[in-house]
Amino acid sequence: MIDIFINITLLAFLAITAVAMVRMSNLFAIIMLFGIFSFLSAGLFVVMDAADVAFTEAAVGAGISTVLMLATLALTKDHKEKKPLGHRPWLPLAVVIITGAALVYGTIDIPAFGDAKAPPQLHVAPYYIEKSMPETGVPNMVTAVLASYRGFDTLGETAVIFTAGVAVLLLIGGRRSKQSDKKQDEGKDDEA
Amino acid sequence: MFVAATLAILITMGLALTRALMGPTVYDRIAAVNMFGTKTVLLIAVFAFLSERTDLLDIAIVYALINFIGVVAVLRLVEHGDFHSSGETVKKSTKVDSE
Repeated sequence: MIDIFINITLLAFLAITAVAMVRMSNLFAIIMLFGIFSFLSAGLFVVMDAADVAFTEAAVGAGISTVLMLATLALTKDHKEKKPLGHRPWLPLAVVIITGAALVYGTIDIPAFGDAKAPPQLHVAPYYIEKSMPETGVPNMVTAVLASYRGFDTLGETAVIFTAGVAVLLLIGGRRSKQSDKKQDEGKDDEA
Repeated sequence: MFVAATLAILITMGLALTRALMGPTVYDRIAAVNMFGTKTVLLIAVFAFLSERTDLLDIAIVYALINFIGVVAVLRLVEHGDFHSSGETVKKSTKVDSE
């Protein structure tokens, strides 16, 4: 019962945040709202018992991407002039509504949340349900699969992401701040 | 008791969200986001006891760390204007936000 209430409240906050982000023009405030959006989705994932997804959402959404977007804002500055809309918004609105309706229609065929008879639950899931606790001792099954059964896979992914992060740091973080501010800003504008 | 705590946390989240939406200055928004992150940590912790899945507490701890790092990064940006200044060589004050 309280689960449903938490879900509804968090989803309502999520919708309010999303609408506010679309309506705002202050980029700094929008990035702050992105952080809140991430925390809300992570909370929802936890309530739905998807601890690993919530973990990723919190680390990537609230942590890394907020910092990256703020860094981008610092490099490009906040341009505030409003450009007039060059087109009518009705066609995009119609496309979005039709796509959304098609997706909702698609969810009708999806088995219910937590349905034990759903096809994905019948493939390898019974093995993990029976064996993961005695074999690995990890209480959360998804974590057991990610960190133990597919440990090398996860290690490889981590190595890839670490390499990408080092490359990005070398590209944007290697700039020395010895030049005058003006020169630096010009260089940044060229880069952007 | 846990139910009452959950409701109180949800209401506080709503208040923090309102401040993040309205907040006239940068600092209101930063405080609101920090507050919201803290409330998420608390919500997960309370929910862990509510649903008797206490292994979720570890995730709450990670959230607290991420929240802290994020806020420090935001504050660095607001104070120095960029991230790769060491804070000693370049001291330019940048105004990021003024509505």
